[in-house]
Amino acid sequence: MKRFDRILLGHGAGGRLTQDLVRGLFLPTFDNPALHGLSDSALLDALPSGRPALTTDAFVVDPPVFPGGDLGYLSVCGTVNDLAVAGARPLWLTWALILEEGCEESLLRTIAEGAARAADEAGVKIVAGDTKVVPRGKGDRIYAVTTGLGVSPIERDMGDHRITPGDAVLVSGSLADHGATVMACRHGLEGRGLRSDCMPLASLADALLECGADVHSMHDPTRGGLGTLCAEVAGRAGLRITLQESSLPVRSEVKGACELLGLDPLHLASEGRLVAFVKDGDADKALACMRGHPGGREAERIGDVEERVAGRAPVALLTAIGGERPVDLLSGANLPRIC
Amino acid sequence: MSAREDAFRDPARVAALTARLREQAGRLEREIAIMEVCGTHTHAIAEAGIRRLLPTGIRLISGPGCPVCVTPVDYLDRAVALARLPDVIVCTFGDLIRVPASETSLEHERAVGCDVRDVYSARDALRVARDNPDRRVVFLGVGFETTLPTIAAALDEAEREGIGNFQVLAGGKLIEPPLRALLSDGEVEVDAFLLPGHVSVILGSDFYRFLADEYQVPAAIAGFAPVDVLAGISELVRQIASGRPRVANLYPRVVCAGGNRLAQELMERFFEPVDTRWRGLGEIPASGLGLRQSYAHRDAGHIEVDVVRSRESPGCRCGEVLKGVIEPPECPLYEKVCVPDDPRGACMVSSEGTCAAWYRHERYAAGARA
Repeated sequence: MKRFDRILLGHGAGGRLTQDLVRGLFLPTFDNPALHGLSDSALLDALPSGRPALTTDAFVVDPPVFPGGDLGYLSVCGTVNDLAVAGARPLWLTWALILEEGCEESLLRTIAEGAARAADEAGVKIVAGDTKVVPRGKGDRIYAVTTGLGVSPIERDMGDHRITPGDAVLVSGSLADHGATVMACRHGLEGRGLRSDCMPLASLADALLECGADVHSMHDPTRGGLGTLCAEVAGRAGLRITLQESSLPVRSEVKGACELLGLDPLHLASEGRLVAFVKDGDADKALACMRGHPGGREAERIGDVEERVAGRAPVALLTAIGGERPVDLLSGANLPRIC
Repeated sequence: MSAREDAFRDPARVAALTARLREQAGRLEREIAIMEVCGTHTHAIAEAGIRRLLPTGIRLISGPGCPVCVTPVDYLDRAVALARLPDVIVCTFGDLIRVPASETSLEHERAVGCDVRDVYSARDALRVARDNPDRRVVFLGVGFETTLPTIAAALDEAEREGIGNFQVLAGGKLIEPPLRALLSDGEVEVDAFLLPGHVSVILGSDFYRFLADEYQVPAAIAGFAPVDVLAGISELVRQIASGRPRVANLYPRVVCAGGNRLAQELMERFFEPVDTRWRGLGEIPASGLGLRQSYAHRDAGHIEVDVVRSRESPGCRCGEVLKGVIEPPECPLYEKVCVPDDPRGACMVSSEGTCAAWYRHERYAAGARA
C-alpha cells in the first residue's frame, strides 16, 4: 500500500488510490471469503431456514472516537443490535463510508479496526462495502452506512403486539452511558469515569430467548433513550408503562454529567443495552439469565406494563420521593450528534 | 452526585416533610399561593413531581425567573438581524435558539445559512472569537445575577487579552425590580416567595430584606432538591401562619448573608442598570443591565442593523403565565398548537419555562393525584 496519511478525493474515485485503500486497509481488516473475489456483489451461502430480517442504519457520531468505542465499532454494534432485538440472528453486514477529503488515515484505520472487532465479537461477517470521498468542508471527517441481514426462526412470535398488562420491563444494564459520554466529550468533560456502553447484544439476546422465559418484545434504547422507547411502545401497544425511578440503573458519573449539561438520562442513548418486556411470572428467570451473561450483569427490573387509564400518562416515572411525572418522547432539542 | 446531595433527595425526609405540610395546611384559614421565582425551581418542582405531594390549600405559582422566557421579542429580532450579517457569528445559550422571534427564530436562520452556535458559557463564545479572528463574535448575554458575572468574566478576559472581535448583546436582568413590580401590581395574589438558590449565592440573603421589611411578605431561599423545596414551602407556611415575615436562608450550604463580593464587583465594573422591557411585565425602570459607556466597544447593541417591527405570537399568553396570573392550560395555544417541538411562546422553549415544565411533567396531574 502506498503511504498516505490523509484521505484525498482520489481515494473515492474508483482508480488506483481506491484500490490502495481496499487492498491495503479494508481487505486485511475484514478478511473473509466473501470479499476475496472483489466482485460487484458478494455471493453468499444459502440463507439458513427462517424469516430473513433486514435493517439499515447511518452513523455520524461526533467525536468519531470516544471512551469505550468509535464510529466503526458503534456502526456494527448498532446494526447487529437492531437485528438481535428483533429476535433474529445477525449474519452479514455491508459497510459503506463517506469520507471527507483530508480525513486522517489513522482515524480511518481506527474506525475500520473498530468495525472489524465488533463484527468478530458479534459473530457476523462484513461482506460488502463502498467508499466515497466528498470535498473538504462538505462532510465531517467520516460517516458510515450499514445494512444488516439476519434470520429469525419461523415459529418465533415476538414484538410489541405481544406486550400485555402485567408484563415486566427489564433492562440489561446501566442507562445513558453512551449518550452522556459523547455529550461530555463534546464539552471537554471526558475523563470523569464516563465510558460508552456500546457492545453487540446478539449473544445476550440469544441467551434470553433460549432461557425459557416468555419474552414478548425486545428493544435497544438508542437515540431518544429509554423514555422515547417506552413512549413509542406504549403508544403502539395502547398500554401504560410505569417506570420506578429508584430501580433505574444510572451510574453516578452519568448523573453528574447530566446535571452539569442539563440533560435527562431518560432521553440519552445506550448502545449496548437491551430492554425486554417479559411475561410477569417469567421476570425472575429472565433477570437471572441476563445477570448470568457477561453483557447483562447489572440487569434490573425497572417497570411494569399496565392497562391504559384515561387521564393518566401513557408512560409515567414514579419518582424516588413518591411523586409521579409523565415521560414523553424526546422533543426537538439541540442535541449534538451522538450516533 | 455526592452522598451529601443525595441526602436532600431522601424519600424518608421527603415523607416527613410532606406529613408536616399536611398538618400545617390543616391549620390554614384560607388557600395560600407561593410563587417560586426561579425557573430552576419550576423545573425541579415539576421533575420531582412535588406538586402532587402538596396538600390542598397550598398552591405553587411560577414567577418571572426564567431568563429565556422574560427576554422580549425585540431582543430576539435584533439577534436575528445580527446573525444575518455575513461576518458575524452569534453565540448563545442553546435554549434561546428555539424561541420564536417576530418572523423567524435563530434555529431557522441557522438552517438557511447564518452562523449561530450554541455554547454552554460566555467563555466558550470567547474561545470562538479567539479561533475566528477575522469574524465578529456576538454573545447573547441574557440571564440574571447568576449568569451575568460569568459574562463579565469573559469580557474581562477579552479586555486583558485584547480580543477585539468579541462583543455582547446585553440582555441581562435584575431580580429585585420584577419582584417589586409584582407586589405593586395587585393583579397577582402572592402570599410568599420561594427565592432562587443560584442568584442568592451571588447576591446574598441580606439582599432580599426589602421583601419582609417593606412589603411584609414571607420569603425563603431554598436549594433545588426535593427536601430543599419542601422545607422551603414548610418555612413559608409557618411564617404566613405566624404573621411574622422574614427572609429565611434554608440554603446555607452555599448562600451566605453578603453573597459573592468578587462576582458583584466584576458585574458592576462592566454593567450598569438600564430601563428594560420584560416579556409579560413590560418596561421596568432600571431593571436590566447594559454595558457601561467605557465598554461601548464591546456592546453589540451599537452595531447598526435593520431590525423588523417586533410583534408577539398572536394569542400567546406567556406574559400572564410569567406573572403567575394564569396557569399554562388557561392559554388557548397551550398543548393545542404550542408544544415543545413547535413553540409559539418563550415559556414553551426552555426546560425552565413554565409551559414546558407543565407540558413535560404536569399534563396528567389530575389523574395522578386521584
